[in-house]
Amino acid sequence: MKTHVTTTINGGSVEFLCQPRQSLLEVLRDELSLTGCKEGCNNGNCGACTVMLDGLPVNSCLVLAVEAEGAVIETVEGIAEQGHLHPLQQCFLEGAALQCGICTPGFLVAAKALLEKNPQPSEQEIRFGLAGNLCRCTGYDKIVRAVQAAAQTPEAQSPGLSKRPGLLSRTTQTEAKSL
Amino acid sequence: MIEFEYAAPTQLDDAIKQLTAAGDGARVLAGGTDIIVQLREGLRSADLVIDVKKIPELTQLEFCGEQGLHLGASVSCRRIYDDENIAAAYPGLADAVRIIGGWQIQSRASVGGNLCNSSPAADAIPPLITYSAQAHIAGPTGRHVVPVEEFCTGPGRNVLQQGELLVALTLPPQPSGSGSAYQRFIPRNEMDIAVAGAAVWVQLDKRGERIERARIALSAVAPTPVFAAEASEWLSGQPASEEVFAKAGELAKRVATPIDDMRGTAEYRTHLVGVLTKRTLATACERART
Amino acid sequence: MSTEVAPDNTSDTEQPATYKVIGTRPIRHDGADKVTGKAVYTDDLHLPNMVFGAFVRSPHAHARIVSIDTSEAEKMPGVLATCTSADLPDPWDKVDNLGEGCVNYAHLSGNVLARKKALYKGHAVAAVAATSSHLAQEAARHIKVEYEPLPATMSVLDAMQDDAPLLHDDLITHTLGDEPARPSNISSHIQFKKGDIDEGFAAADVVIEREFKTATVHQGYIEPHVSVALWNEDGRLKIWTATQGSFVVRQQMSELLKMPVSQITIVPCEIGGGFGGKISVYEQPVAAVLSRKCGRPVKIMMRRDEVFEATGPTPGSFMRVKLGATKDGKLTAGKAWLAFDAGAFPGGVIGPGAMCVFSCYDLPHATVDGFDVVLNKPKTQAYRAPGSTHVAFATECVIDELAEQLEIDPIEFRLNNAAQEGTRRVDGPVYPRVGLVECLQAIQKSDHWKSPLTGPNRGRGVACGFWFNCGLKSSVAANVNADGTVTLVEGSTDIGGTRTSIAMQLAETLGITAEDVIPQVVDTDSVGFTDVTGGSRTTFATGLAAYEAALDIQRQMVEQAAQIWECSPDDITVANGVYQGNGRSLSFKELAVQADKVGKPIVGRGAVDPQGSTNAFAVNLVDVEVDPETGKVTILRYTACQDAGKAIHPSYVEGQIQGGSVQGIGWALNEEYFYDDQGHMRNASFLDYRIPTCYDLPMIDTIIVEVPNPDHPYGVRGVGEVPIVPPPPAIANAIYRATGVRFRELPMSPPTVWNAIKGQNTGE
Repeated sequence: MKTHVTTTINGGSVEFLCQPRQSLLEVLRDELSLTGCKEGCNNGNCGACTVMLDGLPVNSCLVLAVEAEGAVIETVEGIAEQGHLHPLQQCFLEGAALQCGICTPGFLVAAKALLEKNPQPSEQEIRFGLAGNLCRCTGYDKIVRAVQAAAQTPEAQSPGLSKRPGLLSRTTQTEAKSL
Repeated sequence: MIEFEYAAPTQLDDAIKQLTAAGDGARVLAGGTDIIVQLREGLRSADLVIDVKKIPELTQLEFCGEQGLHLGASVSCRRIYDDENIAAAYPGLADAVRIIGGWQIQSRASVGGNLCNSSPAADAIPPLITYSAQAHIAGPTGRHVVPVEEFCTGPGRNVLQQGELLVALTLPPQPSGSGSAYQRFIPRNEMDIAVAGAAVWVQLDKRGERIERARIALSAVAPTPVFAAEASEWLSGQPASEEVFAKAGELAKRVATPIDDMRGTAEYRTHLVGVLTKRTLATACERART
Repeated sequence: MSTEVAPDNTSDTEQPATYKVIGTRPIRHDGADKVTGKAVYTDDLHLPNMVFGAFVRSPHAHARIVSIDTSEAEKMPGVLATCTSADLPDPWDKVDNLGEGCVNYAHLSGNVLARKKALYKGHAVAAVAATSSHLAQEAARHIKVEYEPLPATMSVLDAMQDDAPLLHDDLITHTLGDEPARPSNISSHIQFKKGDIDEGFAAADVVIEREFKTATVHQGYIEPHVSVALWNEDGRLKIWTATQGSFVVRQQMSELLKMPVSQITIVPCEIGGGFGGKISVYEQPVAAVLSRKCGRPVKIMMRRDEVFEATGPTPGSFMRVKLGATKDGKLTAGKAWLAFDAGAFPGGVIGPGAMCVFSCYDLPHATVDGFDVVLNKPKTQAYRAPGSTHVAFATECVIDELAEQLEIDPIEFRLNNAAQEGTRRVDGPVYPRVGLVECLQAIQKSDHWKSPLTGPNRGRGVACGFWFNCGLKSSVAANVNADGTVTLVEGSTDIGGTRTSIAMQLAETLGITAEDVIPQVVDTDSVGFTDVTGGSRTTFATGLAAYEAALDIQRQMVEQAAQIWECSPDDITVANGVYQGNGRSLSFKELAVQADKVGKPIVGRGAVDPQGSTNAFAVNLVDVEVDPETGKVTILRYTACQDAGKAIHPSYVEGQIQGGSVQGIGWALNEEYFYDDQGHMRNASFLDYRIPTCYDLPMIDTIIVEVPNPDHPYGVRGVGEVPIVPPPPAIANAIYRATGVRFRELPMSPPTVWNAIKGQNTGE
């Protein structure tokens, strides 16, 4: 039995049929050809499949596609607008913040969510905010710097980016205590 | 993953009917961060997965100073720490929900789910125990309330009977002069399962010098998260000092019955109980003063 | 922070050249695709009518396979084919070099699908193809395999014992001397000797001998192994796959399936990390056989637990290293006894390990014994400077202890004994110009070294590392376009920006911009043979091929110019991309536009096979803080210095250094295969196999030293591998200064560190 699901993906209305056991990741990739989100572990530990679900970053491998009924989804394919790269994408390129590139879409989606919540994060806030995304190539140095650089771009500081509908606009985040 | 059916009831009664009808084959889905992995890996099976996030009572998050906190069972970790008032009133809980997985997990994972998954290493359960939180359960025979302290009965097991559903958790209001904290030990700084964890709640006297009441609870050192009764009771009337915190840590170790596994030896975990109890006590007392 | 340092003692012939492209930081050519989600990785392919494969894997660490019954699975609706080792041709006992190590095809075939015995938990036993991945996984559970469990052996020292369970009853130790009569788990014993160690140790004032152990670790690339195979009715086989070397996949497929290479096309898709782990084939032959059997394209993607349990981690090891030195700080002799686990089949990384153990030092007398030992773990593979990280941990910790006993500064002690031009390694080769001394000096001059470290429970450590870096075969073709750009066709899969570092060398040589080169990584039918992206060779060797192709283009351009300008080619000069002759002058681009109208197409070719090694050295400096109550180590500050020869694209050189350092940090602190007493890995997930997250690290400062490689026109040495080598010993040496305890076992995880500190406090 397949279920009919209606969603909004990257601003457009999208309908699909899926089995309840299919993850959102699977449907995005295999049914909708949105292969930008990647499968790295399929159990929520690497963040390569990160997408925005109703304004919040989630591991799409840990969401059933049927749960997405009525949801607003954004994927890496929706980050660049009208032929222009988002400042984060530009800073990732200029700062060589990717090597193999498999984790990059997940990092971009998570970093964009981070900057929308906290437009001027400290280095530690960036590191804490992106701890759910694994990268094995870069040692993270250039990723953290690219996010810092993106936060300094005029576009990133414009209201358009920091106040999208459905997103929280709190600017403070206490660092978690963890030994 | 094996095939299953999916239902997303919007009424609590419907959910309970579906749960009851499906019997053993029913699984409840809130944030899905445990159950989807378990179904995929064949650790649990399901004929029917019931998504409870569309039931208003389960998504309710209400807080007021006099009443305390009403925490719907499917409320995400993220919603808890995003509410500054809640995070300020229940800092021990806020500590825990900020470190359950990464941000992507926290967008979905719920405290109720953490409780129902009943892992010995659950991060959110020890703080709930220290707040004397109550679990509100609905089932085919009606509703009842169980202290969180008595909810888990073993690794992955709890008091929920067939057809029953956790609806909400309630946490009592926090008097002035109280403070709380949770810390876990993990080898990395994020994305890990607790090797050991300690939650502490304290009520200090008006001058902030003496502990009037304290509650300590531990994770990952017993088949379920545990309340450290002896250490908690001993703290009543003690000065809030480093020596006292260390002694309480020693007493807390007595309820730790950990196992040796890949995350640490029993000896190491027991030792960590002392360290973590001492450290969280210091943090909780500091918070109680501000 | 990154600093680039030219060595102080740069000789006249090594005056830094001025480059226009080399040393700049252009945006990588495949960048836009990779930040927008458009880049096509293998799992992104969805071929028409494609079906999905899944494996049946051994639940036992060691077991005889009594029977395999696929009938029940085959009856399931949607199941199209099953496959066991019986579907693979009988393998031949033939050894080939795959670029980062050798393989015996009989062993490879037995690893792809187990023959009589399953030799490790997770060993593939059978496979099935079905119309969905869910169904394939379900069908795999309906393939019935009967096993007779056998005792397993899980550590090198145990496996070497006479009474250890034997994995292969025909395995006779390869050795230089007499071959033993009885089979054992020791597949080979290698030995290197230089001078007379008895004489050497007799001359020493201080001699230190220590034992070291390291755990099995995994490369941990984020993209799981994945392939799509299409075996057509005309007998041609096409495979899209995530690999470091499309040609070595073709070679392996040809040998395993016993079909000519010309019948096989390998299409390398974008690859999500490899680090040495994506050279051997695993799922490719199985996908191919399933495709042949069902007549449809078959995709197989491993689950993450399969990647951990059934691909090639790098070995655990046991090492004994002894070094002697005089009072004035000169090393006199070294002795090493190294046993590396090969995994379930012979041919681990003991060879390079044994060659690297004393490679940083000028040792007059030394002996190295190395043992390759099979046991019931997955067949080990290369992981970034394979074997060198293990031995550096041992040697650099002993060096640090010697320096301490002799009361000599650890960097000065290393400088006193550092390998340099003319030093003969224990395994024979004599170094040409190398940059270890310059790296040590650069660290000495760094702000990090000059800033004192203060505070309790803190310590600073230093360590060196070496990796050969190889040459091997590379081919490129370069086509000049009508608009004056150049399309560069190459066979090196781009794992971290090599499209750009190779294109930059072509651009520099032709006097055009990096953006005027359009690099394309193509399939095995579309370019000449190219060895793996591995051995730190790609920017060096494929770059050399691009340089040759550029010179070839330049020759053709000169001929065209001579034709247009009606003069002799000898009258034309070329400088900085400007062609001059007969009183006229045109830029490369202008000339290309004109040439397109008048002459034959201009196609450059480059095909190279440079021999020997280009010799990379690195020195790391690290500050740590140890929580004495928990044993947890925090990296406070990290500086990694490396001789790159010449950094073509400094950002990607820094990236290699930073990424390799962090892998080394993970290896040092938390990464390990945790086995239970049944030989089952208990932590086969990214949750419990703890690679570092960004929240575990500081920024990784880099210092790029440039001592040009005399065997490359731009001085390139290659940079990819050596960064992983120094971190474990550097961190161990730092932890010692923080705690007073010398750690000789990896990982130095919190429980281990706490235990040792406790032992020290209680006098245990």
